[in-house]
Amino acid sequence: MKFDVKTCRIISKQNIAADTYDFTLFADKLAQLAQPGQFVHIQVPGKTLRRPISICDADKENGTLRIVFQIRGEGTEILSRLKPDDTMNILAPLGHGYEIKDTAKKVLLAGGGIGVPPLLYLAKQYGANATVLLGFRSKDFVILEQDFLQAGCRVIVATDDGTYGHHGMVTDCIDGLAFEEMFACGPEPMLKALAQVANRRGTPLQVSLEERMACGVGACLGCACKTKREETQDETYSHVCKDGPVFDYRKIVF
Amino acid sequence: MADLRVTVAGVDFSNPLIAASGTFGFGREYNEFYSLSVLGGISSKGITLKERLGNPPPRIAEAPGCMLNAIGLQNPGVDYFIQHDLPWLKQQGTVVIANIAGNTPEEYCAMAEKLSHTDVDMLEMNISCPNVKEGGVQFGTSCMGVEQITAAVRRHCTKPLMVKLSPNVTDIGDIAAAAEAGGADAISMINTLTGMRIDIQTRRPIIRNNTGGVSGPSLLPIAVRMIWQAYQRVKIPIVGMGGISSWKDAVELMLAGSTALQIGTVFFSNPYAPIEITEGLNRYLDENGIASVTELTGQMIPWEN
Ligand SMILES: Cc1cc2nc3c(=O)[nH]c(=O)nc-3n(C[C@H](O)[C@H](O)[C@H](O)COP(=O)(O)OP(=O)(O)OC[C@H]3O[C@@H](n4cnc5c(N)ncnc54)[C@H](O)[C@@H]3O)c2cc1C
Ligand SMILES: Cc1cc2nc3c(=O)[nH]c(=O)nc-3n(C[C@H](O)[C@H](O)[C@H](O)COP(=O)(O)O)c2cc1C
Ligand code: FES
Repeated sequence: MKFDVKTCRIISKQNIAADTYDFTLFADKLAQLAQPGQFVHIQVPGKTLRRPISICDADKENGTLRIVFQIRGEGTEILSRLKPDDTMNILAPLGHGYEIKDTAKKVLLAGGGIGVPPLLYLAKQYGANATVLLGFRSKDFVILEQDFLQAGCRVIVATDDGTYGHHGMVTDCIDGLAFEEMFACGPEPMLKALAQVANRRGTPLQVSLEERMACGVGACLGCACKTKREETQDETYSHVCKDGPVFDYRKIVF
Repeated sequence: MADLRVTVAGVDFSNPLIAASGTFGFGREYNEFYSLSVLGGISSKGITLKERLGNPPPRIAEAPGCMLNAIGLQNPGVDYFIQHDLPWLKQQGTVVIANIAGNTPEEYCAMAEKLSHTDVDMLEMNISCPNVKEGGVQFGTSCMGVEQITAAVRRHCTKPLMVKLSPNVTDIGDIAAAAEAGGADAISMINTLTGMRIDIQTRRPIIRNNTGGVSGPSLLPIAVRMIWQAYQRVKIPIVGMGGISSWKDAVELMLAGSTALQIGTVFFSNPYAPIEITEGLNRYLDENGIASVTELTGQMIPWEN
């Protein structure tokens, strides 16, 4: 079994920033299957489609999954109203996550806004070898900083309006940092800027993408993103739910 | 245990539930959940003569009680299907239906000929894809078009031939009759209803193709009505679909005139739907003392007006 459907009890819930919620679910065996960068596809009562949300953290021993999401529309609004002891029906763990080669290497993790959560479970694998750049709109939206510090990582926060940490973008903070590989999740302009850094430095970069989804398992071909074929470099479409959400940046046509 | 077996155009199905084209890929993904033999059959993703990359994203949107898609028939082409997917599908213990779409009658005929030389069980000719200009819909919306293309493909096809009808027409009864006149062995209906959603911030359609096909629960009453109308006009069996999400919906579409059923969008919220719907059907039949599911077909009792 790679993934399955499960109705999970909500163990805890916290409002951690503006419109942003942090839930821990009892997912039992599905938590044991989870890899950093994978996602859960959540049924929303009254909605035709599930909502994809990244796995922020997994506790294999206790069988729990942690997810952090922001209210963006009706679906996430309905989910945000659930309480401990309510249930969430999830299809998980889905997708191709971050490929971890050598956790003894120094790595750079860069997250923007609500793209930050999937980096936490990844950061835990690297601990002190990870430098984590977190970018947010403003102080009110800063999330998970303490969690990355607890994982032993070096953390640099930037905000667009300068209300917290560095005033500017995460990509401003890269010069002078030493690392052999980069991992990212966030808005497309940020990913593009990181792709330029990767090109300049010749550093590998894995990025996580978003697209609207229906099935979540690769059957409906709904979540297409433009990519290059490895052999010919011809443009084609890959699918974020199955081939991704994490891709080698060289494959993506931004 | 009631008898759930049905026969469509001489092909035997272990139960009336068939995975609807385009919602189930070529079966491999859902095989992670269960053996595909829980399904009576599988209709493949729409196949074209040559590979198609499909439409640019976004391809998906949601609306109350339904979803929209404009995949644009992304598929690896008929030759690839025959070599790589068909042999595997044929080993899964379920009926395999190849769903084909084309740009010209010649393309449909060429695909029908190629597939007639394989062990695929049935062909479903899609003349109703709303999402690509060359998806056959130009043949699917006029009676003459439907009859002519059905007759042309019929001559090149030695397999049972099912024609999939578009709901985007004025009189579905006439269209169904035209498919029968053209020599179809069965009809399947309904494909998606063309729709559109707009992002009110950007004022852009959410789907990059502008319009998309509406599927899911909201389609049910339209499917019930159209199947009933078609049932009164044709003798060939109808494979009914559109918005089934529970066994009750399945019973309804059978009563309206379906011999077998397809389910699609429900997989996205509930991958286990076929198992739950079959169980529900079974219970309903047992509780009502009905020996075979075939006894439901067209047995609605309309009001006399
Ligand atoms: C792989 C993946 C991981 C994600 N992880 C997170 C996460 O950890 N935390 C978080 O806050 N958000 C995450 N998102 C984004 C999240 O899925 C959307 O914000 C959410 O689906 C919006 O649903 P809604 O009903 O509130 O919004 P609406 O706009 O009402 O949704 C309408 C439809 O559009 C889809 N949709 C809208 N925006 C997006 C989007 N950005 N991406 C994909 N589908 C969208 C919805 O799923 C739904 O089908 C992730 C998206 C993907 C693809
Ligand atoms: C994502 C998606 C892709 C589809 N692709 C095809 C296709 O390739 N060929 C086809 O004949 N119908 C296609 N359909 C239509 C379905 O087979 C079915 O007719 C329709 O969705 C109505 O049934 P439902 O409400 O149970 O989903 C597609 C539907 C969806 C949702
Ligand atoms: S959501 Fe169906 S293929 Fe990705």
